[in-house]
Amino acid sequence: MITIYVPRDSAARSVGADEVAHRIAEWAVAEHVDLELVRNGSRGALWLEPLVEVQTPQGRIGYGPVTVDDVPGLIAADFFNGGDHPLRVGFVDDLPWLASQQRVTFARMGLFDPLDLESYRATGGLRGLTRALELGGDQAVAEVLASGLRGRGGAGFPAGIKWRTVLEASDATKYVVVNADEGDSGTFADRMLMEGDPFTLLEGMVIAGVTVGASEGIVYIRSEYPDAIATMRTAIDIARLDGWLGADVLGSGLAFDVRVAVGAGSYVCGEETAMLESLEGKRGMVRAKPPIPALAGLFGRPTLVHNVLTMAAVPGILAEGAGHYQALGVDRSRGTQVFQLAGNVAHGGIVERGFGLTLRELVEEYGGGTRSGRPVRAVQVGGPLGAYLPETAMDVSLDYESLVEVGGMLGHGGVVVFDDTVDMAAQARFAMAFCAAESCGKCTPCRIGSVRGVEVIDRIVAGVDRQDNLELLEDLCDTMTDGSLCAMGGLTPLPVRSALNHFTEDFHRNAEVSS
Amino acid sequence: MSGHAPWSASQAQVVLTALAPHQRLVLPALQVLQETFGYVPDESLDLIADTLNVTRAEVYGVLTYYHDLRRTPPPQTVIALCVAEACQAQGSRELVAAVEDAYGVRMGETNGDVEISEVFCLGDCALGPAAMINGRLRGRCTVDSVRAAVSA
Ligand SMILES: Cc1cc2nc3c(=O)[nH]c(=O)nc-3n(C[C@H](O)[C@H](O)[C@H](O)COP(=O)(O)O)c2cc1C
Ligand code: SF4
Ligand code: FES
Repeated sequence: MITIYVPRDSAARSVGADEVAHRIAEWAVAEHVDLELVRNGSRGALWLEPLVEVQTPQGRIGYGPVTVDDVPGLIAADFFNGGDHPLRVGFVDDLPWLASQQRVTFARMGLFDPLDLESYRATGGLRGLTRALELGGDQAVAEVLASGLRGRGGAGFPAGIKWRTVLEASDATKYVVVNADEGDSGTFADRMLMEGDPFTLLEGMVIAGVTVGASEGIVYIRSEYPDAIATMRTAIDIARLDGWLGADVLGSGLAFDVRVAVGAGSYVCGEETAMLESLEGKRGMVRAKPPIPALAGLFGRPTLVHNVLTMAAVPGILAEGAGHYQALGVDRSRGTQVFQLAGNVAHGGIVERGFGLTLRELVEEYGGGTRSGRPVRAVQVGGPLGAYLPETAMDVSLDYESLVEVGGMLGHGGVVVFDDTVDMAAQARFAMAFCAAESCGKCTPCRIGSVRGVEVIDRIVAGVDRQDNLELLEDLCDTMTDGSLCAMGGLTPLPVRSALNHFTEDFHRNAEVSS
Repeated sequence: MSGHAPWSASQAQVVLTALAPHQRLVLPALQVLQETFGYVPDESLDLIADTLNVTRAEVYGVLTYYHDLRRTPPPQTVIALCVAEACQAQGSRELVAAVEDAYGVRMGETNGDVEISEVFCLGDCALGPAAMINGRLRGRCTVDSVRAAVSA
């Protein structure tokens, strides 16, 4: 029997994985080959997608990126025995790109069919939940606290403190909500995890539920992710049948069930209180805090809200113990970050490492520089509200505090690379336009300021009263920073100002004119 | 996009009546109607308001808040092009212009057969420019591959 892996990840599918799988299956049927075709999750080496892997006695050998038209040549090259071919990348586990990573949250990613529960158990699945049930609420919370885990959704708040707040809230009804809105450009780790290892996220939610005393969990997934929605729904059904989700979690007598809610196209609904409003069926308007969601969240009940990656780190922390996780990383950034490398980069994809590698290592060593082959000019770290860093700032350590020191932020760990053809004034303008398009409308500085921001940048670029308009832009940024209820309006000045400060020349290309 | 039922008030009533208890909220109700009919006709607002016991204004407020919800039927072909930063770094601005030219349709508009709309990130940011064409995600897009996907 021959075992061949072709990913079912939607990024792999977006570049032809289904067609490749189909062609391989056709060949197997025609030639009476005894084939096991596994649709695995993606390894995260996205530039190699579709990455076809063949099981050999020595390990899995990869070929990529494979198109349908490459399949006959691969067959002729005896690829099912690991035969030589221009697309052969060698043993996938030995690729320095992968071997040098610290895959913790993404430990299972790409290894097997994401909905194969037997493989999930065989690789340590449900050990964390079993231990959490043994420990009980107080001790399980202590474990999360000791791990040093911080929120991966953007704010970086210590997870254990939230857990304790919800645990200690006395309400009989509590909720666990996973934020899978993942709106940041350049981020896709939540999507890949839901498509490639959904049981890990579910196990994390069940652990959270039985620990803080909630019986209902909801995953709020953006509508742009149809595959993730489908995979999570199927995984929920499988887990229920297996008895670790539902009325009696693993025979503990505790009930916890999960359902999927689907977003409707709104970036600001990734902000946790806007998400709660949306889950209540309303317009996704940001709520003023306090009260914090941990005390008064969904329908006014105590609600534990976490990003997908935060929640997916939990099963490993409970299974291996907090110390194991805490040992990775630097300073106050413990554990690993699942970095997402995107944009104009040769080797885009997932790089999971303990905090503390440099941006340069990430972009140059893992990313292999730009895909265009031109020099890197700017890197945006942390999504649309993150700073544009110049090439000279790339020695910054990638951890929460170091990024703040250079005027940036980690956000959800997205890193977008631009080469020297980028027009940074256009990027600054886009940041304002994006804010105008996605503002929930509650605060004037965000709703109106962003529209004004676009106009002012247009005048600066056109050279109209440039100095006055530059001052106006500074003023506007101050007003947005100080007068916005949430980070949408509050942080939009970050990409704008970083573009202006580090790439001033792009705002001065046209001769000055006075109005 | 095909596969949607033609608007019918009685079918809408059936769909709304069949909502699960946790879906008896304005947004899920609108989403279910859109799944059924491809859009949310203005005629359905009173129906939703009555079924859920909320005001028509509330329903209207939610309907007009979310980018996904549409008040007119979708044309045969819907091309949603990613215009967010990671795709910009991979040439999405040029792709948008080329696709607009190829179909003679501007961003955000339709000619009755083809609609081109913008979307902020599809989670395919390492394989951009990305697009969602008739509900299917496409990566490494060129104007030719977009055309091929449209006729697929
Ligand atoms: C405009 C805006 C958008 C956000 N989008 C997301 C998102 O898509 N996913 C996410 O997990 N957190 C997002 N956040 C952060 C959430 O508000 C919240 O901090 C997070 O979900 C908490 O989970 P964590 O503690 O695990 O990070 C966003 C915040 C803001 C202000
Ligand atoms: S800053 Fe913008 S998005 Fe945030 S609450 Fe205010 S108006 Fe809404
Ligand atoms: S930025 Fe285009 S898919 Fe993410």
